Amino acid sequence: MRTKSRTRSIVIWSVVALIGAVAWGVIALVRGEQISAAWLVAAALGSYAIAYRFYARFITRKVLGVDRRRATPAERLENDIDFQPTDRRVLFGHHFAAIAGAGPLVGPVLAAQMGYLPGTIWIIVGVIFAGAVQDMVILFFSMRRDGKSLGQMARDEIGPVGGAAALIAVFSIMIILLAVLALVVVNALAQSPWGMFSIAMTIPIAFFMGFYMRVLRPGRVLEATGIGVALLLLAIAGGGWVQESGGAVADFFTMDATTIVWCLIGYGFLASVLPVWMLLAPRDYLSTFMKIGTIVLLAIGILVTLPVMENEAVTKFASNGEGPVFAGSLFPFVFIIIACGALSGFHALISSGTTPKMIETEPQVRMIGYGAMLMESFVAVMAIIAASIIDPGLYFAMNAPAAVVGDSVQSASQAVNGLGFAISPGELQAAAAAVEEESLIARTGGAPTLAIGMSEIFAGATGAGLKAFWYHFAIMFEALFILTTVDAGTRVGRFMLQDTLGNIWKPIGRVSWKPGLWLTSAIVVAAWGYFLYVGVTDPLGGINQLFPLFGIANQLLAAVALTVATTLLIKSGRLKWAWVTAVPLAWDAAVTLTASYQKVFSDDPKIGFFAQRDKFQDGIDAGQVLPPATSPEAMQKIVTNSTVDGILAALFAALIIIVILDASRIWIKAIRAREPLPSTETPAEPARIVAPAGLFWTDEDRALLAEAGGRGDGAGEGGRFSRDREEAGTRT
Amino acid sequence: MTLREAYAGVRWYLREVSGESAYDRYVEHMRRDHPDQPVMSRRDFEQRKMRMRDENPRARCC
Repeated sequence: MRTKSRTRSIVIWSVVALIGAVAWGVIALVRGEQISAAWLVAAALGSYAIAYRFYARFITRKVLGVDRRRATPAERLENDIDFQPTDRRVLFGHHFAAIAGAGPLVGPVLAAQMGYLPGTIWIIVGVIFAGAVQDMVILFFSMRRDGKSLGQMARDEIGPVGGAAALIAVFSIMIILLAVLALVVVNALAQSPWGMFSIAMTIPIAFFMGFYMRVLRPGRVLEATGIGVALLLLAIAGGGWVQESGGAVADFFTMDATTIVWCLIGYGFLASVLPVWMLLAPRDYLSTFMKIGTIVLLAIGILVTLPVMENEAVTKFASNGEGPVFAGSLFPFVFIIIACGALSGFHALISSGTTPKMIETEPQVRMIGYGAMLMESFVAVMAIIAASIIDPGLYFAMNAPAAVVGDSVQSASQAVNGLGFAISPGELQAAAAAVEEESLIARTGGAPTLAIGMSEIFAGATGAGLKAFWYHFAIMFEALFILTTVDAGTRVGRFMLQDTLGNIWKPIGRVSWKPGLWLTSAIVVAAWGYFLYVGVTDPLGGINQLFPLFGIANQLLAAVALTVATTLLIKSGRLKWAWVTAVPLAWDAAVTLTASYQKVFSDDPKIGFFAQRDKFQDGIDAGQVLPPATSPEAMQKIVTNSTVDGILAALFAALIIIVILDASRIWIKAIRAREPLPSTETPAEPARIVAPAGLFWTDEDRALLAEAGGRGDGAGEGGRFSRDREEAGTRT
Repeated sequence: MTLREAYAGVRWYLREVSGESAYDRYVEHMRRDHPDQPVMSRRDFEQRKMRMRDENPRARCC
């Protein structure tokens, strides 16, 4: 019996490995002709399956030593607030919804300027060996410490210096993240009454949902969300009517980028000071539902239509570093730009804190931590597919900054030809007309490109007549959840600030003290609002200046998380397994430090912020106006922006170095000590809950339940029980 | 799996994921572990939940 199932398992996994290997072979070897996106999907899924089955299992068993007889904090500390043993499938949904956002959609789109191959390889390899490992390991360590946050763990394990550096890293990444994401929204909505109307409508819709769940039918989330989604689809269709009507309403919703910036700043402040039930919570439900729904739809769309890749596998920009979307060569910038889809430091904030307080049994960290990150990576693969199935000429016309492509279809066509790709003015006009937009030129930020790709995929399944609807549907869905991140992030930033300033002056730390709340909200909004405004008005183009900074900040946070993880492995006497997090850490540090170094010290004004500053400062001194600037004010603006960006890049690099150096002090101490250093783990207590380790109940899980007597939820003192409904049904 | 079971499964999942079933779990928890204490009404429970979210914001990732 045992050998039979073993043989079956070997056969199945050999087939999976073969499929993955063949897909990789096709991707790697086919040159000069277009391949189907199906190969990318097969390579990704095959690799994920192998990694999840073997590598993740090896880490949980050998390296972490998960122990299903040890009670999780959810079981030990169960209350009716945050410590709640939660069904693994439900928790997977929560965790995935919290980690997935616009990053894995936008980053790969930008990285597609180097071709689909480098990006795809890093998204898949990176998640397997770095991103998913980080998420799972941090989740595990936080779980063993009753859900401590990353900042607390950094302070406890490394020391006050490392802890403070981690705190600064978290706060600064938050600000840059919010600014860059808001910038993506602005670029997608500028001069588009259709998009602007739909997004504006989400605010009254959210108010209505909030009122419904608070007053009319308390807690009926599904009803409210159902109504909200229906209204949302109506708002998207309504946007089309508004745009067609062309009257005063359309004029009102046709806004230029700077106006939208001020709207967003006002909105961010409002969302931060209003009670969550009014705006934030209902928006969160709406955007989570839309997010998951659209991702599923996109996966189905790709699998049904199996589009062909139009993009080159590797473009010349990978080696010459002169790409218009972002400057710099493949190493390190592809890894910086892809960010969230392969390795995201931000996830360590989610993996420590909320999720570890809800896990039923220890082995589930594999499914929740590693599994959810694999899914995020798959979203990134779909994004790079969506960006690569559109005509490369159109891709560059949309993603190169206005300074390069100008503002007419003629100038854009000419510029794209100059880059070595081809698209005619007529084709550019037709592409815009197909989605009923005024123009698609210099629509940077990734969201509009992704929307074009998605509309092509969806229209392939539903007919070309719906292309404009699908385009605006995609824009809407991205804008919706970016705004939700902006809401939530502003609030989190405000709390961090209140907490920190509260140490200096007590009243400001009090959450309910209104002036403190307004002041700290205003500071946070002003901070990201500054970068957003700068990004929108930057003569050099905001996305290509700011997105690398966002990527660096995110990878910096990942370095902090991986350092904490490595420190914990070494301190607990597991030096021989420390490579599991130390190798990704070394790689991440190399990438991030190289990128920061180039951003600070490069002589090329396209890459180095200070070289850029010097070039334009020299121009000002000589009384010249250098393109792309068109006035002395624009010259001054470039000088200021480049200086600020350069200082930030230097600060990020300094933070990484401080954290790693401070931690290596502990590593040496731990290696020299004969015994493992004192543990900060919560002492073990025996578990009573029996829950399956993975998605399905296995024989092993059932045996454990049977061993405990197989009793139901009403098990007596010391008995073990399952909360699972399926199992409760089959038990005697 | 019958259609009815599939519907029940989807409904169960959505209720759990959206937090709509949180109140039911709370009532169950109170009856089981604290039978001597009063149980909040649904309105009060949902208001407390929102107050809690007000005071402990959760980040959404990028």
